[in-house]
Amino acid sequence: MSSSAREEILGRVRLALADVPPADETPIPWTYGQPRALDDVLDRFEDRIIDYRAAFERCSGAEVPARVAAALARYCARSAVLPDGLDDAIGAALVASGVAVRSDRPPLTRTELDATGAVVTTCAVAAAETGTIMLDHGPGQGRRALSLVPDVHVCIVRADQVVSDIPEAVARTVRALRERRPVTWISGGSATSDIELTRVEGVHGPRTLHVLLVETEGRG
Amino acid sequence: MNIPLSIAAVGRDTADSVRLTPAPPPGRLIDSPRFPVQARVELGNAVQRKNLHQAMTTIRAKRAVVTAELDNWEQLRLAGEAIKNRTLRHLDHYLVQLEESLTAAGTTVHWARDAEEANRIIVGLVEESLGERREVVKVKSMATQEIDMNEALEEAGIAAWETDLAELIVQLGHDRPSHILVPAIHRNRSEVREIFNEEMGRYGRPAPEGLDTEPANLAGAARLHLREKFLRAKVAISGANFAIAESGTLVVVESEGNGRMCLTLAETLISVVGIEKVIPTLEDLEVFLQLLPRSSTGERMNPYTSLWTGPSSGDGPTTTHVVLIDNGRTKVLADPVGRDALRCIRCSACINVCPVYEKVGGHAYGSVYPGPIGAVLTPMLRGVTSPVDASLPFASTLCGACFDVCPVRIPLPDLLVHMRHKVVEAKAEAASGGRGLLHPHLEPVLMRATGTMFARPSLWAAAVAGGTLGGRILKGHVAHFGPLPWPLASWTGARDVPIPPTESYRAWYARTHHEDGSLK
Amino acid sequence: MTTTPTAQGRPGLDAPGAGKTVALFSTCANDVMFPQAPIAMTRLLERLGCRVVFPTKQTCCGQPLVNTGYFDQSVPIVRNFAKTFGGYDYVVAPSGSCVGAVRHQHQLLADHALDPGLRRDVDAVVAATFDISEFLIDVLGVTDVGAYFPHTVTYHPTCHSLRVAHVGDRPMRLLQAVRGITIRDLPDADRCCGFGGTFALKNADISVAMASDKARNVASTGAEYLVAGDNLCLLNISGVLNRQQSGIRPIHLVEVLAATEATS
Repeated sequence: MSSSAREEILGRVRLALADVPPADETPIPWTYGQPRALDDVLDRFEDRIIDYRAAFERCSGAEVPARVAAALARYCARSAVLPDGLDDAIGAALVASGVAVRSDRPPLTRTELDATGAVVTTCAVAAAETGTIMLDHGPGQGRRALSLVPDVHVCIVRADQVVSDIPEAVARTVRALRERRPVTWISGGSATSDIELTRVEGVHGPRTLHVLLVETEGRG
Repeated sequence: MNIPLSIAAVGRDTADSVRLTPAPPPGRLIDSPRFPVQARVELGNAVQRKNLHQAMTTIRAKRAVVTAELDNWEQLRLAGEAIKNRTLRHLDHYLVQLEESLTAAGTTVHWARDAEEANRIIVGLVEESLGERREVVKVKSMATQEIDMNEALEEAGIAAWETDLAELIVQLGHDRPSHILVPAIHRNRSEVREIFNEEMGRYGRPAPEGLDTEPANLAGAARLHLREKFLRAKVAISGANFAIAESGTLVVVESEGNGRMCLTLAETLISVVGIEKVIPTLEDLEVFLQLLPRSSTGERMNPYTSLWTGPSSGDGPTTTHVVLIDNGRTKVLADPVGRDALRCIRCSACINVCPVYEKVGGHAYGSVYPGPIGAVLTPMLRGVTSPVDASLPFASTLCGACFDVCPVRIPLPDLLVHMRHKVVEAKAEAASGGRGLLHPHLEPVLMRATGTMFARPSLWAAAVAGGTLGGRILKGHVAHFGPLPWPLASWTGARDVPIPPTESYRAWYARTHHEDGSLK
Repeated sequence: MTTTPTAQGRPGLDAPGAGKTVALFSTCANDVMFPQAPIAMTRLLERLGCRVVFPTKQTCCGQPLVNTGYFDQSVPIVRNFAKTFGGYDYVVAPSGSCVGAVRHQHQLLADHALDPGLRRDVDAVVAATFDISEFLIDVLGVTDVGAYFPHTVTYHPTCHSLRVAHVGDRPMRLLQAVRGITIRDLPDADRCCGFGGTFALKNADISVAMASDKARNVASTGAEYLVAGDNLCLLNISGVLNRQQSGIRPIHLVEVLAATEATS
């Protein structure tokens, strides 16, 4: 039975560690949560996103709805799912440009989601050095499947959400994790190097990642 | 396998003829030939050698660039080493904490002493959760390969679909993985196309008409083939790169999005986690998620990392299980020298830099873990009694390149030597017990004789003076062996040996110098 | 260099090695198979003003046995090494691999033998043991040793020199200071040549395949000489080069450093 397996494994572990004094604690030569010194955090973020061959553009808050609509038009996405909590103006702009806008309330089935061309989300935090966008799936970000199944992901990142590197970004997401919310890190579009180590962008996740960096608050 | 008969019968159908998934090569890995024997076979595979050389050269260069650009790379390595050591040295504490956190988050925790028990638990959990189709989708996981889970499920009449592109190539190719990160690296694009054209249609959506050898199109074929499996998935099985003790959070690091599909779309998620995967805190991730991708794929960050803490309302699986497996790990832990190997985060940097691996590929190692870490960890986990396991610690020149790239500073060359010692001890024990020796072992006799010679300066001086290393010294030890086929034959097959000098250094020194160093 | 003694001349009191006595550890392989390397080292050190003694009780560093897993049989060798070389200020060898073994393995073996006395002796000897490139640069403080070698060479930084003894770029700095020399970069220089001690015998096919790669890279440089700090690696690579009749000759680093106008 599993419980006896538990006791036996823990017993084996204790026996195996008989040489380790109980008070022994390996010192960790590391200071957590430190920023990395970068010349310009936003420039580094841009550089890394482009390095992943994802699309990147900067705009003001006021420009976001139009930029999202333009991006979806460029990728020929005729439908988009917009999570709860996303700025209503984005939905309005998409409707105006002829995109079928879907809400995830009630939740879309997997098949409906698969038949949806794009998803637009915000994010929780982004790390410049690695070009990593982190979603904690709070308002504006949707459940995990939303930013996964549609083939185009437009992600809106506010400049004040971009930190230098992973240590700062982890520090900003531990609260969500301690609240047991899922967190997803996204660094470029889905990719594989499984065939002859040739990098191919786009396998199962969205084949297109489009990042909008919002530098000034035009509107909320 | 302890599979209920009724279930096994469904899968078996007519005497093994009907399988749900492509059959892997027959036989168990532990019964593989000794490393040098299989290595010779693999060396003869010119296509594989070319593929490996190209791929390993590329990935080494990428790793070198992205590790060099961090000015605190060595500090990161030291931190990774220390965090793992801290955890392993009190593993019981962290495992209990992990179990508490997982349970509090709504995940059911199971413990498995070995592969057989793990598979029995997994099959039972899958049976509880199946939908109409007797199938599961899988995230690439070394733990599930180690326990040969797919075959256990197959025997239970359940199809396990690999969803990582390389694992899919391996599975459809009736093959075995040859690398822990890029398991199909021994295959080139034309071989992949052939496999997809031939096999995809038998197990789901066929490859598109007119599929060419462009990697992007081959990946596209995999996307289409697997999408139907993702969309109908009821049960998913994953491993975990890290398990956080304080929160019960599991972390899966991947590239393609197949992991996210499995972790997100299935209703039941079963994660198979080696007990050494636990790390104390969420903050520790800032160290390992810098170390792992740069060491592994040579990227600053892998495309996707999923972190989840039990089921999440309205998002993803409603039922989550974790199967914590020992399967030899506590044996490794019990060796105060060998336990360093448990720090491994399965990045594959040591494999990619290993000149021996590059020549022969992963299949020569008879293990799911090839390369330097495999040559160390496999005999630690399985013991050194099988021929292949006893040969693995010797599958290295001890060039040391592996330690230099290891993100958690596992002293792989030292551990290889340590395991060689274990093999020697085991052989000596077997010899004294009078069992297991098919032919008299020449090496221990030679080594003992060499040891005696080097421990007694007069014997060595005599050997040097005589200019003969063999006969005079071995006299009295192995007089009955006669001429030695080993080692000269294997050396001179492709390499010349210079004519021995007429005067040794010590003879020259004695001729030209006084004992105090003054010239004669 | 303040002193550039000729082959005949006696180095003066200001010579970098003046007053220093070096216990030469020839290494077993060099003693019996490649005496030209320790001979060159003797001449070089004497040229630099050192007194060179050869403790005749020396045998081997024990590495061949340790690396094959025979720890118990290696302990007496370590004991002999510590006894033979104990008390000398400088124990110098023309081999990064053997020096690396002394440095990295002797303490482990003393511990394996559960012998604290041996451990103390070993600690003292280890601290005094140097590869020739380290001794020249770190102890004598010389990079230009007054050598003359009018040839094209390429340098293979052997694995144990690089990753066990950690000689770093010292050999290259010494070579760069040699007059008349032309140094060509070796492609994939830090890749192993496939020797690996008993590996070359236990896994001969892989060893040959690796040596062939190395030989190809060496040949691609167009050098006349392949230089390295370990003769057994040179034996392995030149075994292939010679079989292929490449005409490239192996030479130990210290032989290049010992060469002068008078010897060339």
